Amino acid sequence: MKRNVLPGLRLSLGVTLFYVGLIVVLPIAALVFKAASLGPADYWQIVSSARAVASYRVTVLSALGATIFNLFFGLALAWVLTRYRFRGWRIVDAMVDLPFALPTAVAGIALTALFANNGWFGSVLADLGIKVAYTPLGIMIAMCFTSLPFIVRTVQPVLEDLDPALEEAAQSLGGSDWEIFRKVILPLLTPALLAGVSLSFARSLGEFGAIIFIAGNQPMSTEITALLVFIRLEEYDYQAAAAIASVLLLTAFVMLAVTNTLQARALRYTVRS
Amino acid sequence: MSANLTPNLGRRKPPRVGDGPLFRRALIGTVLVIGAFLILAPLIVIGFEAFKQGWKTYSATIANPDTRHAILLTVVTALIAVPVNTAFGVAAAWAITKFDFRGKRFLLVLIEIPFSVSPIVAGVAYLFVYGLQGIFGPYFDAHGIKVLFALPGIILASMFVTAPFVARELIPLMQSQGRDLEEAATSLGASGWRTFISVTLPNIKWALLYGVVLCNARVMGEFGAVSVVSGNIRGQTNTLPLHIELLYHDYQTAGAFASASILAIIAVFTIIAKVALEKQGAGRARKTATRPALASNPAEKPS
Repeated sequence: MKRNVLPGLRLSLGVTLFYVGLIVVLPIAALVFKAASLGPADYWQIVSSARAVASYRVTVLSALGATIFNLFFGLALAWVLTRYRFRGWRIVDAMVDLPFALPTAVAGIALTALFANNGWFGSVLADLGIKVAYTPLGIMIAMCFTSLPFIVRTVQPVLEDLDPALEEAAQSLGGSDWEIFRKVILPLLTPALLAGVSLSFARSLGEFGAIIFIAGNQPMSTEITALLVFIRLEEYDYQAAAAIASVLLLTAFVMLAVTNTLQARALRYTVRS
Repeated sequence: MSANLTPNLGRRKPPRVGDGPLFRRALIGTVLVIGAFLILAPLIVIGFEAFKQGWKTYSATIANPDTRHAILLTVVTALIAVPVNTAFGVAAAWAITKFDFRGKRFLLVLIEIPFSVSPIVAGVAYLFVYGLQGIFGPYFDAHGIKVLFALPGIILASMFVTAPFVARELIPLMQSQGRDLEEAATSLGASGWRTFISVTLPNIKWALLYGVVLCNARVMGEFGAVSVVSGNIRGQTNTLPLHIELLYHDYQTAGAFASASILAIIAVFTIIAKVALEKQGAGRARKTATRPALASNPAEKPS
């Protein structure tokens, strides 16, 4: 290996390690340490309490629902934005990033205003007998909003890079549009879709700001795990907060590993020499 | 092959899958309607609710001392957290892309952890470092230094959630640019800073700005992590997003939406800046042109 002549390794690596250590590693280590100091029996009792388990259930199920909706809607949106040109498509393309740019608390009160029983959408839905605000459906809608860009932005570049020759070949062999989509296009999109799905799901599991306004926050039914951590803190029950937060942290690490694997696979199929 | 032999006589491009006019219109229509309900409507309702009681109520809310203090605190937080984060991002990108060392991939994963961690977990984690029940809390308390429920805590929590923002934009770009230019400059006698300022910086300026814009938007809008470490003291440690929550739960809906409209305007400007920078080749535009060289970059987009 040739000798590196560039200066600044010690300074830049030093700054990086110091910053990552102080800002990222130290707090997470402190949380893990605090949760570990509980002892297995106490820890298990807290994380498996009925209220905690109910919060996992509503969080995971809502995140699952939101991710499935975003899988279809996100794919359709990405498709429309790459395949079709219509008036205003640039604005639509830019607006996809709004959930990233809009602060979660702002999104939360806006969605609540829309879906409350006297809101623009809520009043119409209430006439149909559907309650959104203060139910798990509301949690799902907040999650849909915040995690939509993940799927669109992961699938979009792959769709743009899709070689038209593949479709032409399939067409010349007599395939119908649906057959070509299912047997040629979808398999090529699958790695990107899976990566987007895991990002979207991970984001929904940890979401807080957008949800607490619309959720109703009833223990055992509409209380998400992140909120339960917050409530335990307000009750000065730091051990319980640490234990339940450690569950969220562990889930985040698992999702990070899953996403990393899926994204590496997605890239392997899209990188061209 | 001559055009006469192909089945698509005289047509330049054969119709691609899903290009049938009926399907095309139906799909665009469906997507736009759902998009309008899910994405556009929240933005519109903010403006509607903020001005529902007239311009007077709106300006009175903005002029309220607590609101003004919240705006000030948000701006001060961004003015400190964003530059520090940017310096870190540049340092991290320089170290990772210009040198080879062991544990590089692990370092990349560490930098990206904040993307996957719930903001609430981040806030709780800081509590166990600087809180009275935390590692350094009692020490700081004994020396009269207030970290939590004060500005330092808010800044630290904001730095955690945005730690990867600048580095993530720079690393794939600097990776693809290689080291040749910098090595040439150094071998001609330029100092490290000179090399960075006149050789590296012109090549990464748009990506850098892109990262800064996204980082700033997140810092100004961060809610979960900040709400744990700030203590929500009205007129003291309330940032704008926390102020919105406070007003909302006080049933001052118009005030909450008036404050929210400020953040919504910042969000719209963020998107405009983002599109403009993408035109310069930053962010998404680059990612479509040349794929990121790092397969281990899990979060391409901010969270």
